[in-house]
Amino acid sequence: MAESGDPFLRIRGVHKSYPAPGGRTDALNGVDLDIARGDFLSIVGPSGCGKSTLLQIVAGLVPATKGTVHLEGRPVTEPPAEMIYVFQQYTRSLFPWKSVRANVAFGLKNRESISRDAVDTRTEEIIALVGLAGFENHFPWQLSGGMQQRVAIARALACRPAVLLMDEPFSAVDALTRVGLQELLLGLWRELGLTVIFVTHDSDEAIYLSTRVVALSRAPGTIGLDFAIDLPGKRDQIATRALPAYLDYRARILQQLFAAEGLSAREAA
Amino acid sequence: MKFSMLWRTRLIGVLFIVLLLVLWEVVAVAKLLPAMSFPRMSLILETLWGLIASGELFAELKPSMIRMFAGYLAGSALGVLVGLMMGNFRFFYNLLEPITEFLRPIPSPAYIPIVILFLGIDDEMKVFMIAFASFFPVLLNTYSGVRSVDPVQLQTARTFGVSGGQLLWQVVLPASAPYIFTGLRVSLAVGLIVMVISEMVAASNGIGYFILGAQRSFKIREMFAGVITLAVVGYALNRVFLYVESRVLAWHYGYTEQQRH
Repeated sequence: MAESGDPFLRIRGVHKSYPAPGGRTDALNGVDLDIARGDFLSIVGPSGCGKSTLLQIVAGLVPATKGTVHLEGRPVTEPPAEMIYVFQQYTRSLFPWKSVRANVAFGLKNRESISRDAVDTRTEEIIALVGLAGFENHFPWQLSGGMQQRVAIARALACRPAVLLMDEPFSAVDALTRVGLQELLLGLWRELGLTVIFVTHDSDEAIYLSTRVVALSRAPGTIGLDFAIDLPGKRDQIATRALPAYLDYRARILQQLFAAEGLSAREAA
Repeated sequence: MKFSMLWRTRLIGVLFIVLLLVLWEVVAVAKLLPAMSFPRMSLILETLWGLIASGELFAELKPSMIRMFAGYLAGSALGVLVGLMMGNFRFFYNLLEPITEFLRPIPSPAYIPIVILFLGIDDEMKVFMIAFASFFPVLLNTYSGVRSVDPVQLQTARTFGVSGGQLLWQVVLPASAPYIFTGLRVSLAVGLIVMVISEMVAASNGIGYFILGAQRSFKIREMFAGVITLAVVGYALNRVFLYVESRVLAWHYGYTEQQRH
C-alpha cells in the first residue's frame, strides 16, 4: 500500500495473540490499513476472526501485541478524545442508574471543561438529533433496544468525536429497528462529517452503509478483501439494495466470507 | 373483608402475633410457668405504657440510638472506603486482605474487654465496638461489588476518558451500590446486637443496661418491656432501611427486571 504523508488513521502490522493452554492463540496476524478522514469503513468477517479485537486496538482500549495505530500521526496507546467506541451490548454499556440525559452527558461532563449550561444545551440537542426528545428523564432500561442504542450513539456524539468506532452496534435489535438505526447513522455521518469504522458480520449492512469494505480472513485475521463501495445516487433501503453494483459487491464479499468459513470448498466437493 | 381473603394478606401474620400474645396471657394466668419469671402480657404492656408515658424508656433509648448511629455510620463509611480501595487497587487488597480474614471471624463481643482497657466503659467504647462490628460486612460486600462491576461499563468509561476519582464516583460506586446495601443491611443487625451487648457489659444507661438492670433487680415486667421495645426499634430501623434502599436502588430493580425478559 503506497502512501503520501500521514493518513488520517494508520494501522500498521497489528498482531494480537492471547495466552492459551499450550502456548498462545493468534487473533490478528498483521493487519495494515489506512483510513481517510470522512470514510465509512466496514469490517466484515466470520465470527471469531478478530474484527472486534482490531476495533478495540484501534480505540486504544486493548494493546496490540505487535504493530501500531496512529491517529493524525500520533500513536494511539490510550483512548484518544477524538475517538469514541460504541459497544455492541448497549444494555451493559449504558449506565442503568443514570437517566437518558445523564447518560448522554456522561462523556461531555468529564472530557471538556465546558459550563454546566453548555453541557445541558448540547445534551438536549443531541438527544433531539437521535429522535429521543421527550425521553430525557427516562432510564435506559425503560426504553426499547433500538432506543437504547440511540442513547449510546447520542452519548458518543455529544463529545463531538472525529471518529466513531462501532462494534456490531445493531446486531441485537430486530430488522425493522435496524433499518431505522442505519438511516440515523448514515444521516449523522453525512451531517457531522464523521469518520466511522463499523464492525459487522452482516455483509449487506456493510455494503449499504459504507464507502469502503474490508473483509478479514478466518482467525488469525488478516485483510482478505478491501474495496471501495461506489453506489450511484442517494442510499435507499429498497432501490440501493437492488442495484447490480450492490449485488456484485455482495457476491464478492460473500465469496470471501464463505471461503473463510470453508463453505465453498464443501459446496465444490 | 371475608375471612378467606385474610389468608392472602400479611394481616394473617399480625393476627398470629396477637394470638401468641393471647396464648402468653392464658399461660401466665393459668400459672403454667412460674409467675415470677413469666408475668401476664397485659401487665407487661401496662408497664411498657407506663415507661413510655413517664419518659423513662425514651431516656434509655436515646443514648442507645446515638451510639448506634454514630458507630454504624462511622463503621459503614469506613467499610465502603476501604472496600473501594481494596477492590480498585491490588496493593491495598494484598495489604489488607490477610488481616481482614484474620480479624473477621472473631466475634465482636470478644473484643469488648480489650477495648475497655483502652477506651474505658463510656460511649467511646460502645461507639467503637458498633463501628468495628459494622465495618466488616460493609467492607466485604463493597469489595465484592467493586470486583463484579461489568467490564463493559469500565471500558465505556475508558473510551470517554473517565478515570481516577471520577471513575470511582460516577461508575464504580453506583455500580457496586446493590452489594454495598447488602452489607449495610447485615451491619445494621450486627450493630444493634453489639450495641445491646456492650451496654450490658458496661454502661450506666441505654436499653441494654436497662434490660439487664431490670432483670437483676427482679423487675421482670420492665425487663420484658425493654425486650419488646428492642423488637419494635429493630423492626422500625429495618423498615426505614428498606425504604431508603428501595429509593436509592430503584434503578437496580428496574434494570434487573428488564434483563430478565
